[in-house]
Amino acid sequence: MTSFPAAETIIELTYLVATVLFVMSLKWMSSPATARRGVRAGELGMLLAIAGTLLSREIVDYKWVAIALVLGAIIGIPLGKVQMTAVPQRTALSHAFGACCVTLVGTAEFYLRAPAVPKFMMSVLSMEVILGSLTFTGSLMAAGKLQEILRQRPITFKGQNFVNLGLLLAAIGVAVYLVFNPDQTYLFPVLLAVPLLLGVLMIIPIGGADMPTVISLLNAYAGLSASAMGFVLDSKLLIVAGALDGASGLILSINMSKAMNRSFSNVLFGGFGQEQAAKGGQETRPVRSASPEEAAGILSVAGKVVVVPGYGMAVAQAQHKVRELYDNLTKRGIDVKFAIHPVAGRMPGHMNVLLAEADIPYDKLLDMDEINGDFPQTDVALIIGANDVTNPAARTDAASPIYGMPILDVDKARTVMVIKRSMAAGFAGIENPLYYMDKTLMLFGDAKGFAGSIVRELTGGGNHS
Amino acid sequence: MKMDLITSAYVFLLAAFVGLEVIRRVSPLLHTPLMSLTNALDAIAVVGAILLAGAHKTTLSTVLGTIAIVAATSNVVGGFFITDRMLKMFKSSRNPKP
Repeated sequence: MTSFPAAETIIELTYLVATVLFVMSLKWMSSPATARRGVRAGELGMLLAIAGTLLSREIVDYKWVAIALVLGAIIGIPLGKVQMTAVPQRTALSHAFGACCVTLVGTAEFYLRAPAVPKFMMSVLSMEVILGSLTFTGSLMAAGKLQEILRQRPITFKGQNFVNLGLLLAAIGVAVYLVFNPDQTYLFPVLLAVPLLLGVLMIIPIGGADMPTVISLLNAYAGLSASAMGFVLDSKLLIVAGALDGASGLILSINMSKAMNRSFSNVLFGGFGQEQAAKGGQETRPVRSASPEEAAGILSVAGKVVVVPGYGMAVAQAQHKVRELYDNLTKRGIDVKFAIHPVAGRMPGHMNVLLAEADIPYDKLLDMDEINGDFPQTDVALIIGANDVTNPAARTDAASPIYGMPILDVDKARTVMVIKRSMAAGFAGIENPLYYMDKTLMLFGDAKGFAGSIVRELTGGGNHS
Repeated sequence: MKMDLITSAYVFLLAAFVGLEVIRRVSPLLHTPLMSLTNALDAIAVVGAILLAGAHKTTLSTVLGTIAIVAATSNVVGGFFITDRMLKMFKSSRNPKP
């Protein structure tokens, strides 16, 4: 029996070491050179903390714990093996799982403690289950939209924001009442049901282009709810892990909202997808188009090429053809770089992962702020599947819905080439004046097919220079 | 009990500041793996679920705890796995890793 206090000390020590390892893990993520060490540190911390917990004398029955751990691992393995293009929906799904865990534990803790729940405890417990259940359904909806199980187009109705705000206030009201009357346990299910509904309603009006912001925000909510759970269970390790996750989600949300030119409060209170519907009048101004042969000719005599990838590249699975193009041009001594807008793709950093998967060296992938100064010295800016992030109207046209949004200054390059299926407007339905500039050549076709044709011209068509 | 919560509040605030400072330095290049990594770390909530399911206080708490362990463990395993897979792909042109 004397060994029990020692066991408790060992458990606390494993938690302390795990906390340090978690912080180091994120610190090592700062650079690709040390990032994998960060994963090792995180894994080690997790292993220590779980092993330590299993020593706890509070555990009287290991059967269900063991079954659940094995089952979780079995589900986790395929979730770790998804294709890189499916990473955004996988991430949303994992936010849902994390929130599910937090909500269930919070619910169980309430019924274990009720009716004698101290006020502060009830406050954090309410926060835990409100944020948890909201993140759960919200993330499931986001994952469904990204996987295209659900309609991707935003669904809006009148008074949407009032309904959402009303639901949020209702949930908070019930929470406050429970803080003072924790014996009214029949009200607790309301504390779950209302945010569950709110999570669905919050994501309904979200379109694909807003997904990077939404995923980041759900990330922050998931972290905060886990931290609240740490308060309830008095687990410092969980408080720290949740705070780190919340901080990460918060920073990414702020980055994304800046890159979309939305105020952070606008994003925080779910003011997404409020874009004005596209105006009807399709322009019929003339554009210049070019064949793969012409495009290859221009590229082969360029000195400096900047490729601007967007979600369209991912949809067309064109990244490997783009790599072939990169290899071919680089072999000719042409300087090829990639310009990555923060909201390109469906989650923060999405494009970088896809291009890294296609074996493009990461030092060629440049962030918007790093590359924008280079465009005036660039011979060819080649846009593949990106639209709104290159729209110069964001700089010049105060009437444009995206006015003020930071963009990639591709229009400053000597020649602009745009691989695009047709002249249809982009996701947000906004006309892009870039396509009508004299220096712009439209390359009509599928991103993968067209990139492949350019590569064929470059290899087969002999040396133009 | 009250002092514990105040201590927890200190821990939370300090961890949040550390988090903001550390994560601000993460290159945008790695924002996707960052998110999957923090997600995996966040799944440390599994320790709370293990204690809940293992303590076997009521049927409800055991059932909810067990489901919670499954959900969190899948995040631990899947999260670390995919983060490492992604990071393995990032290679530099200057010193290509093996």
